[in-house]
Amino acid sequence: MTCLPTTAGSKKLGLVIDLDICVGCHACAVNCKEWNTSGHSAPLTDWNAYSDDAEEDGDEGAWGVWFNRIHTYEAGEGEDARTVHFPRSCLHCETPDCVTVCPTGASYKRVEDGIVLVNADLCIGCKLCSWACPYGAREYDKTEGVMKKCTLCVDKIYNENLEEQDRVPACVSTCPAGARHFGDLGDPDSDVSQLVAERQGYELMPEMGYKPVNRYLPPRPRRTKAEDFGAPERLADLALRVPAGETTSDASGLLGWLDTMLSR
Amino acid sequence: MHPALSVIFFTTASGAGYGLLVWLALHAALTGDANPLIGWIGFPLALGLVTAGLLSSTFHLGHPERAWRAMSQWRSSWLSREGLLAVLTYIPALLFAVGWVLLGRNDGLWMLAGAVAAVLAMVTVYCTAMIYQSLKTIPRWHNGFTVPGYLAMAMATGGLWILPLLALSGSDLQTMALPTMGFVLLSAAIKWRYWTATDNAAPTATSGTATGLANLGTVRLLEGPTTSETYVMREMGYRIGRKHAVKLRRLAGFFGLVIPIAVLAAVLAMPGSGTMAGGLVLLAAISGSVGVVVERWLYFAEAKHVSTLYYGEEFA
Ligand code: SF4
Ligand code: SF4
Repeated sequence: MTCLPTTAGSKKLGLVIDLDICVGCHACAVNCKEWNTSGHSAPLTDWNAYSDDAEEDGDEGAWGVWFNRIHTYEAGEGEDARTVHFPRSCLHCETPDCVTVCPTGASYKRVEDGIVLVNADLCIGCKLCSWACPYGAREYDKTEGVMKKCTLCVDKIYNENLEEQDRVPACVSTCPAGARHFGDLGDPDSDVSQLVAERQGYELMPEMGYKPVNRYLPPRPRRTKAEDFGAPERLADLALRVPAGETTSDASGLLGWLDTMLSR
Repeated sequence: MHPALSVIFFTTASGAGYGLLVWLALHAALTGDANPLIGWIGFPLALGLVTAGLLSSTFHLGHPERAWRAMSQWRSSWLSREGLLAVLTYIPALLFAVGWVLLGRNDGLWMLAGAVAAVLAMVTVYCTAMIYQSLKTIPRWHNGFTVPGYLAMAMATGGLWILPLLALSGSDLQTMALPTMGFVLLSAAIKWRYWTATDNAAPTATSGTATGLANLGTVRLLEGPTTSETYVMREMGYRIGRKHAVKLRRLAGFFGLVIPIAVLAAVLAMPGSGTMAGGLVLLAAISGSVGVVVERWLYFAEAKHVSTLYYGEEFA
């Protein structure tokens, strides 16, 4: 049923992504691919993966289905410009048109936790849901003829065969920098909600009205001055300790020759 | 947006077919004349265009064999409503056709079937247009011009296609030529307003709102996520249309407006339908349809999707 749940539970599972910490290593995207290519929406097909010359499918380039993509942006001008690494995946929106436009009932939003999924047995591959997503989060698998998207690792987060601490999405468990957090954003007391409150986490493109659940934590203000790092005294001390003027006039022999050569 | 030929063909062919169905019903209502020639050519043409369009869009699905499922979500999905209406329209349309072609009747209940078919045909075109108009992600579609444009162009091309049939059967062209001219002019006016309005519209979203980094300054893509194009870039990131927009708009205007209007004016100025008039209106119908195909291609190719903001566009 592609109508949105009217009796939605209060649970809103989602991700909080810290743009201050992300180093743009793409590890989350790779582990996402690794887990999900044999998970709920498996496989995540690739085309021309080894050739890049349109031999396999008549389309140019090596490409494939990924649920998670890491972009890198530059914001601001000149000295104040910032480089920001920006992971992008489904935001499991509260009122997403990707679900309501689906003519078959393949796309749905779960009542119990708000996860947005595609039922590959119902999908006809019309692609309309991907047109309705503002965030470019859905990718079509042309070999399977169905739409695919982030499942929030629904087959991992509830998996009782895994240790408790491993029951988080693959992207979260793999991030080497700790830039990704997973939890219930519907519960104001949860760790993720606290983090969002503390760091003023925000939604992407709120003007679309999709009410995304995932939140992004903004880069912290840029620190350029020594005081910003709490180091002024130490630096001042060091400055004093540097001899006013070095002299090499007494060097002789090999060292003297080296000194002359290096001073040229 | 990537202009998929199947969708362009579907929307133009089904638009013309449904439009022609309306004009056939109008002809029946106005004249009560069940001319077999008009019926034998008109119905296969109208229903053929509609069916060919539906089949082409169905065969381009990932799973055509599941297409029937698309009729299940009419509560929320315009695509589902369109599918349902398209199938429903066949029932009165076929009754209308049987009465006219096989029984030689288009009065009474047969006429009623025609009227119902005409209404359902227009509702189907409305649903098609709403699929596009309802997408908030594509500002060039999400505005009040989409629905009137689709409806007016369906009526204009349908009207252009009934004229050769009337000429062939020796019927009077004048009665239908004048309102057809009205719909051609209306379509052109809507398109003209659409282009001026959407060209100058303030952006709906920017790379700043898409990333939420606007407070740091202008946001530019430094590195994309991949070395080759992703699905989103291939499907939504079509740029060629915007590059050639001006030339193509002129072509659409020439084939869709100038030629049909010139022919219709000539027909109206010289009453009596000779073979020459027949040839001319056929030319106008073909030209008008070419114009709508170009227009529809542009409708897709010029449309910018907000997800391209993540891939280097600065506003959409
Ligand atoms: S991010 Fe896109 S695919 Fe995910 S729920 Fe929102 S609209 Fe749907
Ligand atoms: S591609 Fe599949 S999931 Fe998406 S709208 Fe079409 S049928 Fe629904």
